[in-house]
Amino acid sequence: MGEELNLVEKSRIMDAAAMNRALRRLATEIVEKNKGAEDLYLVGIRRRGVPLAEHIRDKIEAIEGVRPLYGILDITLYRDDLSTVGANPIVNRTELTEDIEGKNIVLVDDVLYTGRTIRAALDQLMDFGRPRRVQLAVLIDRGSEHRELPIQADFIGKTVPTKQAEIIKVMLKEFDDVEAVGIFERK
Amino acid sequence: MKLLIANGHLIDPAAQENTGMNVLIEDGKVSAWLRPNEKPPEGCEVFDASGLLVAPGFIDLHVHLREPGQEHKETIASGAAAAVAGGWTSVCPMPNTNPVNDNAAITRYMIEQAEHAGLANVFPIGAITKSSDGAELAEMGEMKAAGAVAVSDDGRPVPNAGIMRRAMQYAKDFGLPVIDHCEDKSLSAGGVMHEGRVSLLLGLKGMPALAEDIDAVRDIILAKDTGAHVHIAHVSTKGAVDAVRRAKNEGINVTCEVTPHHFTLTDKFVEGYDTNYKMAPPLRSEEHLEAIIEGIKDGTIDAIATDHAPHHHDEKALEFDRAPMGITGLETAVGLAFNELVHKGIISLERLVEMCSANPARIFSLEGRGTLRPGSVADITVIDPEAKWTYSNAESRSRSRNSPFDGWEFTGRAVATFVGGKLVFQA
Amino acid sequence: MEKPFRRRDLLGIRELSAAEIKGILDTSENFLEVNVREIKKVPTLRGKTVINLFFENSTRTRTSFELAAKRLSADAVNISVASSSLSKGETLVDTALNLDAMNPDCIVVRHGSAGVPYQLAKVSKAAIINAGDGSNEHPTQALLDAMTIREHKKQFDGLEVAIVGDILHSRVARSNIHLLTKLGARVRVAGPGTLVPNGFEHLIHLGERPSGSPPYEGGVAAASADGVVLPQQLQVCEHIEDAIRGADVVMILRIQRERQDAAYFPTLREYSIHYGLTNERLDLAKKDAIVLHPGPMNRGIEIASEVADSSRSLILDQVKYGVAVRMAVLYLATGGSAPT
Repeated sequence: MGEELNLVEKSRIMDAAAMNRALRRLATEIVEKNKGAEDLYLVGIRRRGVPLAEHIRDKIEAIEGVRPLYGILDITLYRDDLSTVGANPIVNRTELTEDIEGKNIVLVDDVLYTGRTIRAALDQLMDFGRPRRVQLAVLIDRGSEHRELPIQADFIGKTVPTKQAEIIKVMLKEFDDVEAVGIFERK
Repeated sequence: MKLLIANGHLIDPAAQENTGMNVLIEDGKVSAWLRPNEKPPEGCEVFDASGLLVAPGFIDLHVHLREPGQEHKETIASGAAAAVAGGWTSVCPMPNTNPVNDNAAITRYMIEQAEHAGLANVFPIGAITKSSDGAELAEMGEMKAAGAVAVSDDGRPVPNAGIMRRAMQYAKDFGLPVIDHCEDKSLSAGGVMHEGRVSLLLGLKGMPALAEDIDAVRDIILAKDTGAHVHIAHVSTKGAVDAVRRAKNEGINVTCEVTPHHFTLTDKFVEGYDTNYKMAPPLRSEEHLEAIIEGIKDGTIDAIATDHAPHHHDEKALEFDRAPMGITGLETAVGLAFNELVHKGIISLERLVEMCSANPARIFSLEGRGTLRPGSVADITVIDPEAKWTYSNAESRSRSRNSPFDGWEFTGRAVATFVGGKLVFQA
Repeated sequence: MEKPFRRRDLLGIRELSAAEIKGILDTSENFLEVNVREIKKVPTLRGKTVINLFFENSTRTRTSFELAAKRLSADAVNISVASSSLSKGETLVDTALNLDAMNPDCIVVRHGSAGVPYQLAKVSKAAIINAGDGSNEHPTQALLDAMTIREHKKQFDGLEVAIVGDILHSRVARSNIHLLTKLGARVRVAGPGTLVPNGFEHLIHLGERPSGSPPYEGGVAAASADGVVLPQQLQVCEHIEDAIRGADVVMILRIQRERQDAAYFPTLREYSIHYGLTNERLDLAKKDAIVLHPGPMNRGIEIASEVADSSRSLILDQVKYGVAVRMAVLYLATGGSAPT
């Protein structure tokens, strides 16, 4: 994590209140599009997709009175960059305790950028069964010009056009001290 | 033909000489010592030994030259070349050739091969028992007549004390020292390194120090009983050194030698499972090494001998417990003695020369050697005690490359070697 | 030999720091889940080649490594060499170089001679994993034992572990002693005097750590007079009862008939009477003590059947953890990282 020390924040795109509003809107859209919360299965992608999925789950329960199913994916074993220099990924646990067969899965992640993480998540999900449908919810979409695979989000908190050199950080209470989204650059 | 070794510093412990002195050689013998200001005779060739030490030729009491039988490891010629490059003018090969040197024909063959090579003198050691099987005595008298200087079954030490007693009684008649590689194999069988903390750590079967101690004590008791001269090969344990010290104090006719690796390395070096640290006796632990150093210091240990044991690369490139025992040593011995003994202040230069020349000559009764007194054979080792050099297995004269000292840096070496007045090596 | 980027050998536990061991255990924990999925396969090591080079028979360890490699999508090739390379006239180094020429990413090696994995690691570009070498080490066995212990005892600090049997020849004992003491457990060993040699308590020795390795952590360590730190964590007991008394974990080693032939003890019968783990002896341990055995068991000799089949015996758990540990080790050897 030594690298993060060399990052400077260029601008702040969301504060805690804005994040909360965006998550509430995502929850509403998910419920609307899926006509309720029945068979809905939220799956957070480690690490920052996990608390986001939990927030969305709480908000859906508040709206619908039904608590959607919930699980965690660790995509490390499905990454395509194990052989590349500097990857050294650490394996964490995948927790999909409920069967995904026939469910409406909503993958939740913090930032959609190249699409490679989502590709890995989809591959892994398929190894666990055959869901009826898989959708994608992200807090930030960095724009389709960065995409390296034909993948889009179904639910987007905010689209933020960025340059490649920029880094978007979604800061969460669980990992960071603040709740905010900022654009960073290397010093 | 006359040759003058000029401007050097002569160290001749047997003659109690340690001074600037020119040595004049005529017809392979030392004919006179000339003071630096004395005029050399007319038409005399001159070897300039300015800044160098001039010593009686070094004699290695313990080598394996593998010929006859295992010429892929070493020949008498290649072994002799390695010897003179290391400063040794004479080497004494053990009888574990194939066939075993247990008769005069093989002894003569070895000497002839050495004469062909024309490098170092070779003084063969005959077997104690036929085929070194530990049962029937070999023809020691005949081997002595053919040129053998001692008897030993080396790596297959005579296990039966009764046979060993007779061997000593018989060898004494011919004035042959009996050399024993002290190892009670009922205690060390299957062992591949020193038994101790490191062997426990590495999961390798150990050879306990007491296997050497017990055999050394047995031999000393037999020497006392028979009055024979027993020479303990490559002492490596505190117990063996102590036993020799006690025996000498008692006046028993016992001598012993040490190898450079046993005064340099400990069993910790085995940690990487490099088979070039595998030999018998094995590298011992620190306490034994300290006892060895003490024995060198106080004179209990008489001589430095290499136990030069060449093995082919393919034989050493095996599992640690399957690889054969032994390492090469002729070219590194003097460097190691300088690094570990002289430069560390453990012994003087004079004592080093004594351990490599005067003492070995006395132990094997090599007439006219081990000294440069006028009339002696002109075997001379010329040493530069300050020469810095690096040993490389790749450049070894030996046919084998199994030295653990590859890449070691030394200060001090033989820079010229004369055998019978002839320059056979120059660095 | 310079390894390609990020290839790491697992030669023994003695070279590892406590942090490294914990990292492997944590990674193993996360692989457990893959083994209970409907589809027990992840694409992580797709295109990588793992050679299982077994110079000694071992159905269980070899199967465990093979399953681990296959569940990670690596191509696993098994090579069984009945006897040593010597019988074919090929040197150990030749064997290694020949395999290396086929560009494997990882060679898992089991050999009857101590040190073979160390020797291979010096000449091979592939990551070398020790699957048991002579009487030296069996690191993955110790790691899976540790997984089993951690599952039941939660932590190692202050844990009392008895290891009973042929300590002298046991690679399992050596790896376990290194691992457990590094993680802070106290180990007591016992067995016939011929198989638990004098001085065994000096096996662990902090002076031994390679220079540049991270500092020793965990465990009670005391400085001796000469400044060498000797952890007082390994104790040799004269009687098996003393080792077992109050233990949290009792680890029983397999006894081999060859030892009787070499006069290490008179008969297997006498061994079972004096050194076998019976219910009465196990009653000396803590009430919740667990029993481990690296297998295969000699029932009625080193372990009584009623102990082997009791709920305190976790021998099948050990096997289950074996696959996860080996997946973790293969993953870490070929490019993955362990949590720090």
